[in-house]
Amino acid sequence: MINSTPALRLEGIVKTFPGVRALDGVSFDVVPGEVHALMGENGAGKSTLMKVLGGLYQPDDGKIFVEEKPATMHSPLHSKALGVVFIHQELSLAEELSVAENVYLGELPRKAFGLVDWEQLYSKTDEILGKLNVGFNARTRVGDLSIANQQMVEIARALTVDAKAVIFDEPTASLTDAEKLVLFDVIADLQKQGVGVIYISHRMEEIFKITDRITVLRDGQYQGTVATKQTDEESVTQMMIGRKLDLTRNASHHELGDVALEVKDLSCGDLYQNVSFSVRRGEVLGFYGLVGAGRTEIAETLFGLRQPNRGSIHVDGKEVRVGSPADAIQMGISLVPEDRKGQGLVLGMNCRDNMTLPQVDDLTAGPFVANGAEVALFDQYRDRLDIRTPGWKQTVGNLSGGNQQKIVIGKWLSMHPNVLIVDEPTRGIDVGSKSEIHKLIRELAAAGYAVIVISSEMPEVLHVSDRIAAMFSGEIVRTFTSDEVTEDNLIQAISGIKQKD
Amino acid sequence: MKSEQSKKLLKSGAIWLFILVELVFFSVAGEYFALSDKAFMDVDNMLLLLKQSAPIGIIAVGMTLIMVNGNIDLSVGAIFAIAGIVLLDSMSWPIFAGMGDGVIPFAWGLALLTGATLGAINGLIVWKTGVDAFIVTLGSMLGYRGLVFMFNGENPTSNLNWTLVDFAEAQFLGLHTATWFFLAVVAVVWWLTRYTIHGRNAYAIGDNRDAAVNAGIRVGPHMLINFVLIGVLAALSAVVFYSESGSVNPNDGQLYELWVITAVVLGGTKLTGGAGSIIGTLGGVLAIQLLRKGLGYIGADTSTVNLVIGLILIVVLFIDRQLNTKGKEALNV
Repeated sequence: MINSTPALRLEGIVKTFPGVRALDGVSFDVVPGEVHALMGENGAGKSTLMKVLGGLYQPDDGKIFVEEKPATMHSPLHSKALGVVFIHQELSLAEELSVAENVYLGELPRKAFGLVDWEQLYSKTDEILGKLNVGFNARTRVGDLSIANQQMVEIARALTVDAKAVIFDEPTASLTDAEKLVLFDVIADLQKQGVGVIYISHRMEEIFKITDRITVLRDGQYQGTVATKQTDEESVTQMMIGRKLDLTRNASHHELGDVALEVKDLSCGDLYQNVSFSVRRGEVLGFYGLVGAGRTEIAETLFGLRQPNRGSIHVDGKEVRVGSPADAIQMGISLVPEDRKGQGLVLGMNCRDNMTLPQVDDLTAGPFVANGAEVALFDQYRDRLDIRTPGWKQTVGNLSGGNQQKIVIGKWLSMHPNVLIVDEPTRGIDVGSKSEIHKLIRELAAAGYAVIVISSEMPEVLHVSDRIAAMFSGEIVRTFTSDEVTEDNLIQAISGIKQKD
Repeated sequence: MKSEQSKKLLKSGAIWLFILVELVFFSVAGEYFALSDKAFMDVDNMLLLLKQSAPIGIIAVGMTLIMVNGNIDLSVGAIFAIAGIVLLDSMSWPIFAGMGDGVIPFAWGLALLTGATLGAINGLIVWKTGVDAFIVTLGSMLGYRGLVFMFNGENPTSNLNWTLVDFAEAQFLGLHTATWFFLAVVAVVWWLTRYTIHGRNAYAIGDNRDAAVNAGIRVGPHMLINFVLIGVLAALSAVVFYSESGSVNPNDGQLYELWVITAVVLGGTKLTGGAGSIIGTLGGVLAIQLLRKGLGYIGADTSTVNLVIGLILIVVLFIDRQLNTKGKEALNV
């Protein structure tokens, strides 16, 4: 830290909404050349703070300083002009346009008569891309790039101005490990150029790998700033939630039942090949691997969303053909999908209707919905899963991520499935709800369900699974029992490194 | 939570508030500009208004379900004309000769069956090909209209049956036959959306198709049912209307699809699917009819009426957007 004038400094920011004090006197600063982590559970006020910085909300009280000059942000464009730039979690790029057009979107260089100065556009963009050291050029169509490269385009966009502070919001959510490393390099470069980086993430490993300081928010309140080197995951977690997240290894070894689901030599195009595994009642089988290793695709096949070209699926020892989700549901195979909002819930509907969606038909003999039976069913699973909602009429879109996930789980649980497949059970869910979902998964296994958990988070997979299938580029490399598995051999397996036995 | 409920109430009540404003406005304005000396709120005038709402209204009810389901049907005007032709022409077919007025139920049945078949064709194509309903029904709108012209060229198809006319012009408890049909359709389809599995699933599919599929709901059959339903309703609308008029012009029903969609959207149904209500559509239909009639009453011509309705539609959608945007976020961009 060569220069200690903060690139960006917040002082006592307050923002209230009817009934909620979303930000309650938040102060922190980021100095040039520093990576500053901003952490907090969902609802802690991170997004609100970002919206204040982006000029989408005006704070009720408090001050913002850019290089110690007081600043008022009116809009995202205005923030950018002041040198405060955002790299959003959800990419907002025009896929049909070229990289250059995206980078200078809204600010295309012009010639006389308002014509676009294409030469200047491409050369300026290539110059920026050169700094980022990427493998594509200014003329590439954005839609043809991988997610990681699209993110690079977003970063390039940030570099078109003289950025003082760059804010990364959950940048690694959809990146593979290799892609993350590239991103971290870029962040390190920004650091060297004297930019202040604010890094928002839930992922402790990353935070401890790349950040210099950590600021924690809880319930809109500033909890403190600590130097990364002088703290550890546990104390940061405690600052965030005020209690500890239990991620010890799963040690329960209750009696297992029969094999509920068995898959033999299943292949589907180049998505995955010769996959064989089985899961017993009372057991949690974890699937761990990089994004793109074929885990989700296997789940989709079991649920009838994809058809395999080879191999067989056996439910309770009988070979079955799963042609559609309707077939799967009938065989007792349920899927809690990865994309909760996109594939799991009808956000505009109320809690009860979402929970009973697959079985409105079964709850009644005729063509009419059985309102009473549905409410009873909802109440039962609300209590069992501890879903916090004012009542069944509440629109699902208004619930927190954790409660939404419980609705999806309750939806399947209430149908007593043979096999419950949970894809990324805690994606985008805050730490407190995470441990509840983990506990729930363990309880389901103890109650005799066969559960398959797919996860990209190693601590999670280690915590909930009895056995772990490690996947690498479409194959199950090895299936570990919970006694054999270590973080090292698991990482090696999913990175395709051959192991000496 | 409170504000959410009041917002909901505001949204569902807005169309009725608008109707109230129209009534007051035309009553007052009528004092100065009216061509006739009868009051606008005259009972006979209002009953007539309800009757005149029926042709568009009956179809709009079906369109609500189609749009809630995430589709659209542009072919309703053409189905309306074909069903009218089948109704009037079939009464003179040789196989029904000598049946006297006994032919009426057969003619009605044939017309409704025609509507169901044409709707089913739309539905099957949308289901089986996966082509967007907008494109499919744009095609069938042209195709079905082609059938109308193939039947009798530019000439109208006429057959006036006085028993039918009497039935269509009858008033029961003050309301005309067409009004009764309209109200019955509103009631039945309202109940269908509220209390049947089909209705529930139609909303789910329109709101989030992937989630519906993942819940094991078979999307295709539900869409097919809705297309058949709107086909039947377009035919029913024709049956009620042509029983009285007795003559189908080959251009009849043109632009009906747009009037219907306008009414449905005014009534609060989302173009993207997943939200909307039959009662809201009833309000939308009445609001448009009031506007047409009211503007006529104070001496505006048809072109002015269309201009005003167009403007109001845009203003209403703008207000709706304001109500639906969360926070100031979207305004700033």
